[in-house]
Amino acid sequence: MENWLMLTLVGKDRAGIVAKISQALFDLNGNLGETSMTRLGGNFTIMLMVCVPEKKSVVQKKLQTICDELELFFHLDEIEGELHQHIEPDVRISIHGADQAGIVARATGSLAEAGLNILNLESDVGGHPDSPVYVMHIEGVAGMGLVNLEKALQKFSRENDVVARMAPIDTMVG
Amino acid sequence: MALLDILVYPDERLKKISQPVKEFSDNLKQFILNLEETFRSFPGCVGIAAPQVGRFERVVLVDISHKPQHENHGFLILVNPKISSSAGSNVGREGCLSVPDYTGKVERSVSITLEALNEKGEKKVFQMKGYEARAVQHEIDHLDGKLFLDRLVSRRNALSKRIELST
Repeated sequence: MENWLMLTLVGKDRAGIVAKISQALFDLNGNLGETSMTRLGGNFTIMLMVCVPEKKSVVQKKLQTICDELELFFHLDEIEGELHQHIEPDVRISIHGADQAGIVARATGSLAEAGLNILNLESDVGGHPDSPVYVMHIEGVAGMGLVNLEKALQKFSRENDVVARMAPIDTMVG
Repeated sequence: MALLDILVYPDERLKKISQPVKEFSDNLKQFILNLEETFRSFPGCVGIAAPQVGRFERVVLVDISHKPQHENHGFLILVNPKISSSAGSNVGREGCLSVPDYTGKVERSVSITLEALNEKGEKKVFQMKGYEARAVQHEIDHLDGKLFLDRLVSRRNALSKRIELST
């Protein structure tokens, strides 16, 4: 049986984090699955799936040494791999406006009520530091149909004074 | 007729450049029938190119007529297809029979002028846009040894740097 772990890692961004972490996992004969590695603010973040023949405790020890050196925090969880089971999104939603507390909670709450299953959400804070702008992109599956979702999105947009638009995703397979 | 095997990436043969069709033989007609049967065996698929089944000649089939919300020319047999002009660009999501379990965002021209021969060798010219134009560009890429993977737009920043349009 395959032994999959989810590594969650965060720390101050610096050059070489990905190289050192992935080399350490390779040295343990680890095989990476799907990953998300990105800079959020001044931090570098990693979430990655790795299949390793070693026990979690061995991986923990190996990573601890490197993470201490790079001043990174990390966490390991045993998970099911479940690769090759991608779900195709059928809708894309973009929201932007002046940054305001609770915007993500209100947006995703409205959309969840209208049947949206979020597969991917990315958000950024841009604009001038004195008047930040929040930009959010969501891809997901409209479980209760696009019409329901559109109505919920328009209502959310009116009530929160943000620009919100959605477009169906019609994946072209050739 | 016969179902043909689909080459699946990372099969190196998908990188081969296909050669123009020179002879409109019975063999070509039979191949096109087999290619169509193979194409029809994948519901939801809108196109197929000869090299995807290991025949490295410039033949593609496109049919998006089961998606009537998109303008289309019906079932197209395109031999030696060539895009003579193109305009605009947008990003849309693509998948491929030769790349199972993965889809990604690809930038394509919005509208194209397409010149091709039909299965009898007669010259045809099409003006296409949107989804159908995307499908044709995807299939012609196969003839040049390219997959949509070669044209992927970065996931994270693709949306914030340009308006993504649904085609």
